[in-house]
Amino acid sequence: MSATARRISELRAEGRPALIGYLPVGFPTVDGSLRAARALVEAGADILEIGVPYSDPVMDGSTIQAAAVRALDGGVRLTDLFRVVEGVADLGAPALVMTYFNPVLRYGVERFAADLASAGGAGLITPDLIPEEASEWISAADAHGLDKVFLVAPSSTDARLASTAAASRGFVYAASTMGVTGERATVGPRAAELVARTRAAGAENVCVGLGVSRAEQAAEVGAYADGVIVGSAFVRPLLEASSEDEGIAAMAAVARSIAGGVRAARTGGAA
Amino acid sequence: MPPSLQNMPGPYFGEFGGRWVPEALIAALDDLSDAYASAKTDPAFQAELAELHRSYSGRPSILTEVPRFAAHAGGVRIILKREDLNHTGSHKINNVLGQALLTKRIGKTRVIAETGAGQHGVASATAAALFDLDCVVYMGEEDTRRQALNVARMKLLGATVVPVTSGSRTLKDAINEALRDWVTNVETTNYLFGTAAGPHPFPELVRDFQRIIGVEAREQVLALTGRLPDAVLACVGGGSNAIGIFDAFLDDADVRLLGLEAGGDGVESGRHASSITGGAPGVLHGARSFLLQDEDGQTKESHSISAGLDYPGVGPEHSYLASIGRAQYEPVTDAEAMEALRLLSRTEGIIPAIESAHALAGALRLGRELAAQGREDAILLVNLSGRGDKDVATAARWFDLVDADADLTEGGAQ
Repeated sequence: MSATARRISELRAEGRPALIGYLPVGFPTVDGSLRAARALVEAGADILEIGVPYSDPVMDGSTIQAAAVRALDGGVRLTDLFRVVEGVADLGAPALVMTYFNPVLRYGVERFAADLASAGGAGLITPDLIPEEASEWISAADAHGLDKVFLVAPSSTDARLASTAAASRGFVYAASTMGVTGERATVGPRAAELVARTRAAGAENVCVGLGVSRAEQAAEVGAYADGVIVGSAFVRPLLEASSEDEGIAAMAAVARSIAGGVRAARTGGAA
Repeated sequence: MPPSLQNMPGPYFGEFGGRWVPEALIAALDDLSDAYASAKTDPAFQAELAELHRSYSGRPSILTEVPRFAAHAGGVRIILKREDLNHTGSHKINNVLGQALLTKRIGKTRVIAETGAGQHGVASATAAALFDLDCVVYMGEEDTRRQALNVARMKLLGATVVPVTSGSRTLKDAINEALRDWVTNVETTNYLFGTAAGPHPFPELVRDFQRIIGVEAREQVLALTGRLPDAVLACVGGGSNAIGIFDAFLDDADVRLLGLEAGGDGVESGRHASSITGGAPGVLHGARSFLLQDEDGQTKESHSISAGLDYPGVGPEHSYLASIGRAQYEPVTDAEAMEALRLLSRTEGIIPAIESAHALAGALRLGRELAAQGREDAILLVNLSGRGDKDVATAARWFDLVDADADLTEGGAQ
């Protein structure tokens, strides 16, 4: 079993969903992103999602776009990604990498998988890769024992939910809504329906992302999902802070609050 | 006989093409593919489109032979396919009329489009007005300045123009923003993709709506000269006008197909938009194709004086045709294109779009080469994909035709 799936099932046994936290590598700096990732785990994230900043992030809203621009302007490289993944490997939280696929193609799919595995990474979340285009990645991931996290959306047909669930390992990433990443006032009713449909299509673990930004939302989503994925709400304090230390402290405060929501998800009350 | 290269179906052209997009868009792409497959064989749909071509956009577009221009190309024969004379001033109308009809067919009420030079945005706004569709056009902020007149045209037609301030603020980023809109509003919205790139079915669909250029031109050249041309030339950004004129000639093995990419300051300078000449295979905007990228797979910014060619990617069918050697792709610098624009204007009284001027510069180059080999009888067919009205301000600055402090209506002083 993958480390990610094992972590999710341990938490399920404890009666709560996983908190999966996203931070982009190289933002605010490479060292800053490593410190932020460690702080995020200390504040209660169970699984890390390390983002690769990309020039054309079509699934990202303005917050993560802005962080990616800062990271790329700061000169972040893929070699920094592997260094950060290595730097969080001792925390006990599986580290997945979230990346648009062209950087992987350019690096070489097999080489990327090998380097990610040797850095201690758990696998990839691939927002612009559907299983039909993923044969090279699927082979490499299988060879190196890496998780393959594909996405499903409210628009996915039942047949596609089944094929995507079958191709995934670790969990299936359910987009809560039709749209891009970013904080939203509410997580719509379609998320619960999508999780149920994805489970019915054969997925063991279904985690929900897009729009979750507050403890009450995390509790609401965590009541039915196996994991709650939070990104923009952690990135925004880092964007707005006047220093790296201040940003990490503010991000950790948000994380503790949302971690409280996740822990209250199946006990009847929000944190 | 080798298998026909005409009308190749997607999603793959050799190793290029595909659907490298978020899952959220797959249902919409499937719906569009299905709707297009049924429209393609529906006589009523084809008749409606043909009537729009005839009575709305002014097809068939004519051929114009340009001997005074050709005298500067070693004396070969140069014949222009006049897509510049279409309603809205370029070939873009061919595609949007087809896609707008498809939008009606799938019952959507809102369309979005990206635009670089503004030609596709204007065409989309035009079709939206005609078919009573809400229309939002995404345009890089940089391009809204370069092509201010086209922004006003789109607004006059009732479209909302959204200046895109992310990334390099040009066409690539306008497509990113349009894709974000589409993911969010896909239930009501159809994406009128402007070029023969993007995820399946767009490369196939846009090519099919543009192939009328080559179908007409092939017959017209035969009628005019009694034979096929020696070469067909077109500018290539995303590549819709080029694939549109190439398709009808793909199985004519003796007809050379030459795509002219935007060479900017020269490919060796690094400031260019020549994706095939100076790029490498990768994935951008939903398709595997050649693109300008760095060692980490980050898209590199393109550079061209022509907003319509200022794009770091290219349609997957062009990548395929390049890979099998059926078409060749060469860069044309800003300076070469502007010289060709000046020359056609002075010798023939036709001001071409800067995009199309790249193809004209290619014809000057190829004509001189052929003449040097004693082939003065060669016939070159050039797709004059758009007219230059939108580019007058840029040309005036390039050729220093106005006082430095004059505020030109298009774009103003920069």
